[in-house]
Amino acid sequence: MLGTINRSFILPVKGEKQMPKADSEYLWNELQPGCVITEPGTSRVYYTGDWRAFYPVLQKERCIQCGICWIFCPDMAYQKDEKGYFIADLNYCKGCGICARECPADAIHMEKEKEI
Amino acid sequence: MGKYLGMEVSFAAAEAVKLCNVDVVAAYPITPQTHIVERLSQFVADGELDAEFVPVESEHSALSLCVGSQAAGARSFTCTSSQGLALMSEIVYIVPALRLPIVMILANRSLSGPLSIWNDHSDVMSVRDCGWIQLFVENGQEVFDHVIIAYKIAENHNVLLPVMINMDGFILSHMFEPIKLMEQEDVDAYLPPYQPKFVLHPDKPVTMGAYAMPALFTEAKKAQEEALLASYPHILQAWKSWEKVSGRSYHPVETFCSEDAETLFITMGSLGETAGEAVRVLRGQGKKVGLLKLRLWRPFPFHDFYKAIGNAQRLIVLDRAVSYGGPGGPVAGEIRSALYNMENRPQVINFVAGLGGREVSVESFLEMFISSIEGKASGYQLFGVRG
Repeated sequence: MLGTINRSFILPVKGEKQMPKADSEYLWNELQPGCVITEPGTSRVYYTGDWRAFYPVLQKERCIQCGICWIFCPDMAYQKDEKGYFIADLNYCKGCGICARECPADAIHMEKEKEI
Repeated sequence: MGKYLGMEVSFAAAEAVKLCNVDVVAAYPITPQTHIVERLSQFVADGELDAEFVPVESEHSALSLCVGSQAAGARSFTCTSSQGLALMSEIVYIVPALRLPIVMILANRSLSGPLSIWNDHSDVMSVRDCGWIQLFVENGQEVFDHVIIAYKIAENHNVLLPVMINMDGFILSHMFEPIKLMEQEDVDAYLPPYQPKFVLHPDKPVTMGAYAMPALFTEAKKAQEEALLASYPHILQAWKSWEKVSGRSYHPVETFCSEDAETLFITMGSLGETAGEAVRVLRGQGKKVGLLKLRLWRPFPFHDFYKAIGNAQRLIVLDRAVSYGGPGGPVAGEIRSALYNMENRPQVINFVAGLGGREVSVESFLEMFISSIEGKASGYQLFGVRG
C-alpha cells in the first residue's frame, strides 16, 4: 500500500526550481479580492526549506523502507525513490525532526545546518 | 406593490430575510435580537423559507458558520447583539478580509458591565474598525428595507463586503410599527440570485484565508481599505434602484431643516426621530436648528457630511458610547477629525446620552440645545448624569 498513493501533484515539476513572483513584488491592486489564491497546488512552488535549522540524514543501510517518515512528515517533503527509499526533499523540509523521532529503525538522524 | 401591516420590527426584519431567500441562517439567542431568528426558525419549520437553519453553540460559531456557507456560495444571514458581537468579534474582522458578502443585523445593546440588556451603541463601536459596511437605521421600515438593500450592496462584484445593519435594541427590535412589505417578485427583480466571485468547490479548487507574510500584509490591508472606499458609489446605486422599486429614498447623511441651520444636531439610529421632533419644536420658536442623521457610518461619507453641514456654526453631536479616557464619544471624535482641515469649522459639542437604555426625550434635546447656546456645555459631557 505504502507509496502507492499518488502524491506527485505536490512535488516540484522537473526543472521548476524558482519561486514565482516573490511576496515583496506584489502591488496591492494585483491581489485577488480577499487574497484568494485561484490556482490549486501552489504550495509546491513555495519553498519552505530555507527556514530549516536541522536537516534529516538517512542511513540507507538501516532503512527498512517502511514509509513511516513519509506518513508522518507534516510538509509532505518525503518522496519514494526508484529503489524504494523515502527521501526528504530539502526544498520543503522544515527540519522539524518528526521523521527522525518516529523512524522505527533509527535510520534517520538530524544534523545542524551550517551557519551562514 | 406591498401592503402595510402592523408588526414587531424584529418580525419585519425576518420577513425581509425571507424575501431575500437566504440559504443559511445561523442563530444563537441573545436579547434583543432573538425574535428575528425565532421568526426565521418558524419560517423554515413551516416550509415558507427553504434554508438551512443552524442553531449554533455560540455567536463565534454563528459567524464562523456563515463564513463557511458564504464561501461555499450560499447566501447567509445571522444577527446578534452586545456580548454576542464581542464573542464573535474574532470572526467579524475576518469576514471583510475574505470579502464575503454576509449580512448581519446588530440589535444594538450596551456591552457589560454592569450587565445591561438595554440599548446604546457601545457594541458596534467596539468593532468600529472591523471593515464591514456599517449602516444605521431609524425605524422599522428602514430595517426591513435595508436587509434587502444590504444583500444588493454586499453581493455586487464591485463590492463583495459584509454589511452590518445597526438597529437600536428594544427601541426598534421590540416596537410594533406599520411596515410596508414587498412582493416577492419585486424583491426578486431587485435582488438577483447570489453569484459568488469565488466559491469553495472541489471541481475548481481555490484557497481562502491564506497566511500573509510581512512582505504582503500591508498590501492586503491596503486592498481591503480600497475595497471599502470603492463600495461607496455602489451603496448609493443600491439605494437609488431601491427607490425605483419601493418609492423610499435613502442617503448616506439624511438631513432635516439643515439648509439655513446655525445649529445642527447629529444623531445615528432611532434617536433621529426624537431629535427631529425637537427640531420641529425649536423651529416653531424661530430657532435656526437642523438635524443630520448619519446613516452610513462605514465608509464614512465625508463628502456628504461636508455638504450637509453647510454654514452651521455649531454641531451638537450625540454619542451612545463612551470612549474611556479619550477625546469624547467615538462619533464626535471622528467628526472633529473630519472638520480639522476646514477654515471656518463649526464648534463641536458632544453629549454622550442614552447609555444602557436611559431615555433620551424631545425635552433632552431641547436641554442640550439650550445648554449649548448658553455656553454651559462644551467639548464633551455625559448627558443627564446625576451628581
